[in-house]
Amino acid sequence: MSAHRVSYTLDSTLDTVNSAEEVASQIATEAGFGDEEVIKIAMAVREAAVNAVLHGNAYDPGKKVTVDFERTAQALVITIRDQGKGLDLAKVPDPLAPENLLKTSGRGIFLIRSFMDEVEINPSTTGTEIKLIKHVHGTTTDGKEASQ
Amino acid sequence: MSMKTSNRQVDGVTIVDCSGRITLGEGSVILRDSVRDLLAKGNKKILLNLGDVNYIDSSGIGELVSAYTTVKNQGGELKLLNLTKKVHDLLQITKLYTVFDVKDDEAAAVKSFSQ
Repeated sequence: MSAHRVSYTLDSTLDTVNSAEEVASQIATEAGFGDEEVIKIAMAVREAAVNAVLHGNAYDPGKKVTVDFERTAQALVITIRDQGKGLDLAKVPDPLAPENLLKTSGRGIFLIRSFMDEVEINPSTTGTEIKLIKHVHGTTTDGKEASQ
Repeated sequence: MSMKTSNRQVDGVTIVDCSGRITLGEGSVILRDSVRDLLAKGNKKILLNLGDVNYIDSSGIGELVSAYTTVKNQGGELKLLNLTKKVHDLLQITKLYTVFDVKDDEAAAVKSFSQ
């Protein structure tokens, strides 16, 4: 099966967050993931889009968010990029630490990591790129059978 | 589906029936305003009925935490009722299930508030 790729360039608005979530849900469903997995993928994309719009681009109308979906036989790979200053991963708190449990923010990346099989975060001075990978059941990204 | 709330009074406890999505933007703001209004009117025993809330994102979780601490800081109590599986699982993985007082029976939940 050949790869299918679709890309969106979106404004830094709340509508973008909702759109990214809806498209992720649709593409994950078409890719054959079950209902539970579709919800997790869509939620991870929503959280990544929130980070891009709010924390990356800070709602700047001059900055865009790009969302790429790539479907292969092995995985669904979603890449979200913003044009912000670059996420400082050292400043992302552990939301499960007792002193952070009652904080009102800081759970987005934790949820993304919880819902996806692999997550790569690449911050730079021109923005942050986050790659979300969900394997098709039983395979890894290189096409080998996944160990149980 | 956007977030909606409606309030009922049962034995001195305000039950807030919530439905829809508690997410960044409107959903979180509606919950915040609802709790603030109740506190402003002196209603400090609040039971959030989340039975018809089918989706919460990290902002919504943050809003629940904010509501909980705001009510607690004003000497009140805020408890959660009727979590859907999705919301229950989210509170589990974020370790908040043990922070909130979560109930699944309305009558018992109302009685559990201090008199």
